Amino acid sequence: MSKLRLILIIVGVFALMLVGFLSLRSARPVVELAAETVVTVGPVPVTNTMITSWIVIVLLIGFFFLATRKMSVVPRGLQNFGEMILEALFNLAVGTAGEKHGRRFFPVVATIFLFVVTSNWLGLFPVVATVGKVVELGSHGDKFHAEGAVFNEVGGINVIMPGVPSWPPHEPESIFLEVPDDAPLEEKEAALHEATADLKEDEKAAVLIPFFRSVNTDLNATLALAIMSAIFVEFWGISTMGFFRYAGKFFNFKGGLVGLFVGVLELIAEFARLLSFTFRLFGNIFAGEMLFLVILFLLPVVVLDFVYGLELFVGLIQAYIFAMLTLVFGVIAVTSHEESDAHEREHQVS
Amino acid sequence: MDLIDLFPLLAISDIGMKYIAAGLAMGLGGAAPAIAIGILTGKAMEALGRNPEAQPVITTNMILGIAFAEAIAIYALVVAVMIGFVF
Repeated sequence: MSKLRLILIIVGVFALMLVGFLSLRSARPVVELAAETVVTVGPVPVTNTMITSWIVIVLLIGFFFLATRKMSVVPRGLQNFGEMILEALFNLAVGTAGEKHGRRFFPVVATIFLFVVTSNWLGLFPVVATVGKVVELGSHGDKFHAEGAVFNEVGGINVIMPGVPSWPPHEPESIFLEVPDDAPLEEKEAALHEATADLKEDEKAAVLIPFFRSVNTDLNATLALAIMSAIFVEFWGISTMGFFRYAGKFFNFKGGLVGLFVGVLELIAEFARLLSFTFRLFGNIFAGEMLFLVILFLLPVVVLDFVYGLELFVGLIQAYIFAMLTLVFGVIAVTSHEESDAHEREHQVS
Repeated sequence: MDLIDLFPLLAISDIGMKYIAAGLAMGLGGAAPAIAIGILTGKAMEALGRNPEAQPVITTNMILGIAFAEAIAIYALVVAVMIGFVF
């Protein structure tokens, strides 16, 4: 690459960053930990993560349905792609757990991996987290929206545009009420009045509630996956070794006092794994979403691409880790202490 | 005269303390896992250098170890986010 081209590229990148910083920034991000309810069907509130998870399910079922129509012995096209994915997962399962157990573990592990990776990558779609309905600030039922931006239309479908290109460049307008959460309602309303006093006629202070949101940014979703994984691990252990032998791993009366203590520690570790699974997946994906919003606010256009790449990578790795850890804990659950001791002695001798 | 009248810049609001707490939680909580992951990867590289044929096994176990170490940093992140946005 000639030197001139290199210089031109560097100048172009900086110019793009400057343009992005001046006129394409979005308002200060409103980070909501809990998933927002979009619609209430009877007594059941439907959150935006729920809607996205249905889309993930439809996508997965649709893909594998299309891949298994008119199957041929020599695969081509979609069937080839599907077989590639499944073969990789199968080799992972059998390689880690051995031939007999690997076949048993494979469906659950593959499902976990495919669901998590699809939902993580779907959360990077342009439509997710940007298209939603705009709700005015203030109290709605028992929830008081205290943070938002200045919108031109309220109600209906709207889009967070990363700073409608503004000229002359100015800081995007956001409304942040600095009242603590447990302040009385009058104080919050007074702060809201004060902040919106100088708005023009057609501008309203409102907040965007997205219609779709990445599934694993909801703590309930990751907790559900973790509970499912834990139940399967226990099931594999009990069905392989029988209930009393499996329980004997945790309430180990034969090993004396030390054995009893270690058994209790292992029991606690089983429950700690639930929390660890939940927060690992939730933290990674939620932090990625927050990073996106903050970069949109600070320095869009160029840095965002790097963040996008990071999120793609992290989504894949977290899915792999979740599936892999389920597999590893399953292997630990089905090997009793005598087997693993015999294994170790074997390896030592040879 | 109170100290606060002499140095008005020392006044710290509730919300200011909240931000300090969130920053400290993530900053201090992310230091140890970073060191742990560094040591872990270094040892994995050593093992890989000694025995390049065992690469799949080493890589798999390294990623497993990194996941455990990273989980601690994620706990710190969740606490920081909760302090900053929920409390």
